[in-house]
Amino acid sequence: MNSDDLFPRELLRIGPFSVTDTLVTSVVVSVALLIASALLMRSPRARETLSLVYETLERSIVEMASVDVRPLVPLILTLWLFIAVANLVGLIPGVGSPTRDLSVTTALALIAFFSGHYYAFAAHGPAYLRSYLEPHVMLLPFNIIGELSRTVALSLRLFGNMLSGQLIAAILVYLMGLLLPVPLLLLSVLTSVVQAYIFGVLTLVFAASSMETTRAITRRASASKESTP
Amino acid sequence: MTAHDWLALASIITAGFTVAIGSIGPALGQGRAVSQALDAIARQPDASDRITRTLFVGLAMVESTAIYCLVVALVLLFANPLL
Repeated sequence: MNSDDLFPRELLRIGPFSVTDTLVTSVVVSVALLIASALLMRSPRARETLSLVYETLERSIVEMASVDVRPLVPLILTLWLFIAVANLVGLIPGVGSPTRDLSVTTALALIAFFSGHYYAFAAHGPAYLRSYLEPHVMLLPFNIIGELSRTVALSLRLFGNMLSGQLIAAILVYLMGLLLPVPLLLLSVLTSVVQAYIFGVLTLVFAASSMETTRAITRRASASKESTP
Repeated sequence: MTAHDWLALASIITAGFTVAIGSIGPALGQGRAVSQALDAIARQPDASDRITRTLFVGLAMVESTAIYCLVVALVLLFANPLL
C-alpha cells in the first residue's frame, strides 16, 4: 500500500471517458465471482452446501422486514457478496479496493435506489406512489428529499469508510514502516465485511419501508370501504 | 504570504477542526446507542439477534454524520476547488 493507491488512477482515456484502475478491478471482481459460482455449481456437494447457505441467509433476510421481501433476496445477497469481495480486494498489495472510488459506490447506491422502487412498484403497482403523500400531502417535498438524501448517504458512507481505512493504513505505513499497520489491516477486514452487510441491510430497509407504508394505505382504504356501506 | 498560501493554511486548519469537532457528536451518540443495546441484551438475552441487527444499522446511520465530516475534510485537503 502506498499513497499512489489511495485515489483512483487513470489508466487510459477514450474521449470523455477515463478508464481507471477501479473500473478494471471491479470488472475483474465481478467476472471472478461469476466464474467461481459457475465452477462451484458444477460439483454437487458444493451446490448442496451453497443452497443450504442460501436458505439460511434468505431466512435471516425475510425475518428483517414485516412485508414479503422474498423477491429482493437475490439482489441483497449479490450486493453483500460483491461489496464484501470488492472491499477485501484492497488488502492485496498493489490493488486498491474499487469501493474507495466515489463513482463505484454511487453506481451501487443508484442500483439500490432504482431496484427499491422497482420492487415496491412490482409489489403494489401505482398505489405505491401514494406512499409519498403520507402522512400528509404537504410533506411530499420532504419525502422526495429524504429519498434522494438516503441514496447519497448510502454511497458516501461506503466511500468514506473504505477510503478512510486505506488512508489510515497508508499514513501508518509512511510513519512506522512495515509491521505496525497489520492490526489496523485486521480491523479493516472487519470494517469491510460490516460495511457490505450494512449496505445490503439498508437497501432492504429502504425498499421495505416504502412497501410497508403502501400496505398500510391499502389496508386503511379497504377498511374504510368495508365500513361505509 | 500570498492569497493562495492563506487559502491553503485556512483549508488545512479547517479540515483538522472539521474532523475533530464533527466526530464528537457521533462518538457520543454511538456510545449511548451501544450502552443502551447492551442494557437491552442484558435484560432480554433472547432478543439479542434482533437488537444486534438494529444496533448495527443504527450505528451506520449515526456514523454517516462523521463520514460527511471526513468527506468535507478530504475535499478540503485533496480536491479543494479554490486552490
